[in-house]
Amino acid sequence: MELLVASAIGILTAAGLYLVLRLRTFPVIMGMSLLTYAVNVFLFASGRLTIGAPPILTDATTYTDPLPQALVLTAIVISFGMTAVVVMIALGAYLGADDDHVNDPADAQDDLEDLT
Amino acid sequence: MSHWVILPVVLPAILAPFIVLAARYHIGIQRVLSVAGVATLIAITAGLAWQAADGTVTLYQLGDWAAPFGIVVVADRLSTMMVLLTAVLALFVLLYAIGSGWDARGRHFHALYQFQLMGIMGAFLTGDLFNLFVFFEVLLIASYGLMIHAGGNARLRAGVQYVLFNLLGSTLFLFALGSLYAETGTLNMADLSQRVALIAPEATVGIRIAAVLLLLVFGIKAAVVPLHFWLPSSYAEAPAPVAALFAIMTKVGAYAIIRVYTLVFPPDLSVTEGLHGLWLLPAALVSLAIGMVGVLAAKKLDRLVAFSVIGSMGMVMVAIALFSPLGIAAALYYIIHSTLAAATLFLITDLVRASRGNLQLTVTPPIAGAALTAGLFFVAAIAMTGLPPLSGFVGKLLILDAAFDTPLAVWTWAIILSASLISVIGFARAGSIVFWKAQSVEIDPEAEPAPAPSPLSYAAVGGLVLMLILLTVFAGQVHRYTTTMAAQLFAPDVYISTVLDTPGKLSDATDKEDH
Repeated sequence: MELLVASAIGILTAAGLYLVLRLRTFPVIMGMSLLTYAVNVFLFASGRLTIGAPPILTDATTYTDPLPQALVLTAIVISFGMTAVVVMIALGAYLGADDDHVNDPADAQDDLEDLT
Repeated sequence: MSHWVILPVVLPAILAPFIVLAARYHIGIQRVLSVAGVATLIAITAGLAWQAADGTVTLYQLGDWAAPFGIVVVADRLSTMMVLLTAVLALFVLLYAIGSGWDARGRHFHALYQFQLMGIMGAFLTGDLFNLFVFFEVLLIASYGLMIHAGGNARLRAGVQYVLFNLLGSTLFLFALGSLYAETGTLNMADLSQRVALIAPEATVGIRIAAVLLLLVFGIKAAVVPLHFWLPSSYAEAPAPVAALFAIMTKVGAYAIIRVYTLVFPPDLSVTEGLHGLWLLPAALVSLAIGMVGVLAAKKLDRLVAFSVIGSMGMVMVAIALFSPLGIAAALYYIIHSTLAAATLFLITDLVRASRGNLQLTVTPPIAGAALTAGLFFVAAIAMTGLPPLSGFVGKLLILDAAFDTPLAVWTWAIILSASLISVIGFARAGSIVFWKAQSVEIDPEAEPAPAPSPLSYAAVGGLVLMLILLTVFAGQVHRYTTTMAAQLFAPDVYISTVLDTPGKLSDATDKEDH
């Protein structure tokens, strides 16, 4: 199970990194989502992987660390909100400029050179 | 228990939704509420700073749960100084936003502004790394809104870059927190500092990774080269008052580095030994050089100021990377100076933009209100480049003095001094093109003269310049105080015992569990 979770996080991170390095906003946002999924699973696993145990202190001898679950919930909410914001801003930029490259536009550089 | 400590976070958090809900269509009421809120913040944070000045560490346990299980807010000398600086900066920037009409060019400026303040205040006051992450996100999500305030294609595009870069930073932050938690089982900074010291040297893989990742994350926030790429276009494209407020945001990164690497990973900890000297100091020196070369190379005034921010952050980082009490004291003095100087320059840039139409460094006819604007630019540029007599010079001297007997002293001195020279040339060139050579151009009699900026705008900029002058006049007192601050940072026992030994709800039960 450790191997499974670890390789899942690794693959998600690798795919996310690859997509983040793309030139257009849509793949970059997809990559960001993959990275946040990866980090959520990673946070979840940071309290050790325990199967079938309650996340609360009871009379039972084994229990799951509850704190990473709280951390993950916070992280999920935040990354969800952030993704929504970046989609809105990227859509605005795309619809405004009719171009969804993430780098600075080439024509802005040309304008500068024309003026000098 | 005193509830004052949490007020800098709670007050903007209540005020912002109130502004959205109750004063949505009334810019006048919004302005009054916003200014009143920030003025109250100044009073509260000044009170907190006064309380912390004698070295007491004030702890506030949310819900009365004891650390490390509950969330704590801690006010020591460093935190209170930073929140006071934020509040003072916020007031002048807000007055400028009102005076120049920027706040009316889009919706919800004041609400977002308050949320931004809430995030910054929270980041400075929290005693818990995960809450530091949460407050980073609060200040970032507000800054996304502020950054694209008033819209426009260039601004939106810069906004996308800014948001994506910071999202990546947040992801890295979470990875760091996950590895820290997996190794130590806590994220409270005081608790972490005790547990990290206990870990055997051979079992420190996770801790090392976390230490480096955290440094990267805070380096992104502080725009240290090579993590600075988000800064020039986002600061240049952001509305001027927002860029001026953002001057404190790079300092949040610097603050976090100081806090975490004196408390959790102190310089004498064998696990992270050499991290500062080996990586942070060269990166800081390169930032300083690249920032100031950028000042010289910039073709627009706003980019020039943005690069000077990178350069001055490099200077702050050089002082921090020394990680000696002397260095930290100098860094803290320079942080105050650099925040005020960068904010002033961004606001002056907007004064130029308002009456000139563009910011290209080309010769155009004289602008409205040129004499006053040029005078302010002259003073602010002197401060930023670190020429005598203003506070930049004092700060630079302190940093040079702190770096005097370190191994890389020759490099540090050479780069600081030559970067200063380059920035002086860059600012002098920009100033003479924008203000001086303009006098030689005939004014087109047909052209409609742009209106001069409002007196309130000038008052706000003048206020910031006055703060810079006060910082210079009272340099001795301020530096003595930052020295005591550094002393408190390098002797964190009071901080740790205050956080961990203050009893809270159920603390008897938790004590039994711990031992």
